[in-house]
Amino acid sequence: MLSQLAASFIAAFAFGIIFNVPKKTLFACGIAGAVGWLAYLFLIHFKMDLIIAAFISALLVAFISHLFAKMYKAPIIIFSVPGIIPLVPGGIAYDAMRHVVEQDYFMAIELAAKAFIISGAIAMGLVFSEVLNRMIMKIIRQ
Amino acid sequence: MQLNSNKIIEACLLAGKIMLENGAETYRVEDTMQRMATSLGVKQSHCFAMPTGIIFSIDEMEQTKLVRVLERTIDLNKVAMVNNISRRMAQGEISVDEVLLELKQIDESKPEYPVWLQLTSVSILSGWFLIMFQGKWADFVPAMISGGLGFAFLVYVHRFAKIKFFSEFLASFVIGFTAIWQVKLGIGTDLDKIIIGSVMPLVPGLHITNAVRDLMAGHLVAGLSKGAEAFLTAFAIGSGIAIVLSIY
Repeated sequence: MLSQLAASFIAAFAFGIIFNVPKKTLFACGIAGAVGWLAYLFLIHFKMDLIIAAFISALLVAFISHLFAKMYKAPIIIFSVPGIIPLVPGGIAYDAMRHVVEQDYFMAIELAAKAFIISGAIAMGLVFSEVLNRMIMKIIRQ
Repeated sequence: MQLNSNKIIEACLLAGKIMLENGAETYRVEDTMQRMATSLGVKQSHCFAMPTGIIFSIDEMEQTKLVRVLERTIDLNKVAMVNNISRRMAQGEISVDEVLLELKQIDESKPEYPVWLQLTSVSILSGWFLIMFQGKWADFVPAMISGGLGFAFLVYVHRFAKIKFFSEFLASFVIGFTAIWQVKLGIGTDLDKIIIGSVMPLVPGLHITNAVRDLMAGHLVAGLSKGAEAFLTAFAIGSGIAIVLSIY
């Protein structure tokens, strides 16, 4: 568990460096990544569907990124992109491609569809959080 | 007024170009340009941004201007800096000339982190990704080696070839190749995990996210073309690995 925490923090931190985020925001990127990944592991541990787990974790990452964006007065993608990358179904996409190479197209299509739906769920999570955020801000202002 | 509005257009377009070249979402580019124009005293401005170019016009002026965006990289620090300028403009802190000067400095500035640091972080990233995908600690160093080598190829081949698809294809080919040989020589154990871990830094996560956010914001043209870019990258990575796997 501790190694997973360290891994996700370092991964998001390093992604921040690859994407050239401002130096003062690197730490926040790491936190966003760690929270998203831990939430994902937690949900999967309790037998939740992969797709819903990805959706909820992305929602959480986006929510935290909003807070950081306000705090650092920086665009939200700086935090949300390194944060969601660990959720991207790289393993499933790789398996899908492996089955293509082995000419097992049925399995390949099944896995590819799964990878596609999970990426869709991540994107939906990001967008939903943005809409929710706007609604909350409007209600607060009124 | 004539001279001034020329400067306004120039400043807005330069800001938009920097943002678009460095990985901002299209809707943010349009939004920022219009905000900048408003804070410089323009009543009505129109902006149409795509991943490959921006069209901008101001109602008080006859002419419309266009800039092409040919090369796109990811440098979110520049996006944040332009964002910062537009924030300060909204508070009325700086004039057009200062804005232009600062934007030109941002445009010419070097990336926040040097290439060697990025290379190191990619290889560290590959190792930790392996751990995240339940890989063994024994495969940590092999993943670092193939991930780092792959990214080095991506950066240096791109300097010569200038075709993103080709350099990404070659990078993932190198990753697959080094991973297979490390397993064959007994340095690594689990081939699949090593490849997944070292390929993850190349995954077009930013483009996918931006594409969906643009689509949802109603920028259909920009969203679709960003999506196409992400798909091409994913396809390049996938086929690079697939070829290695089918050879061995």
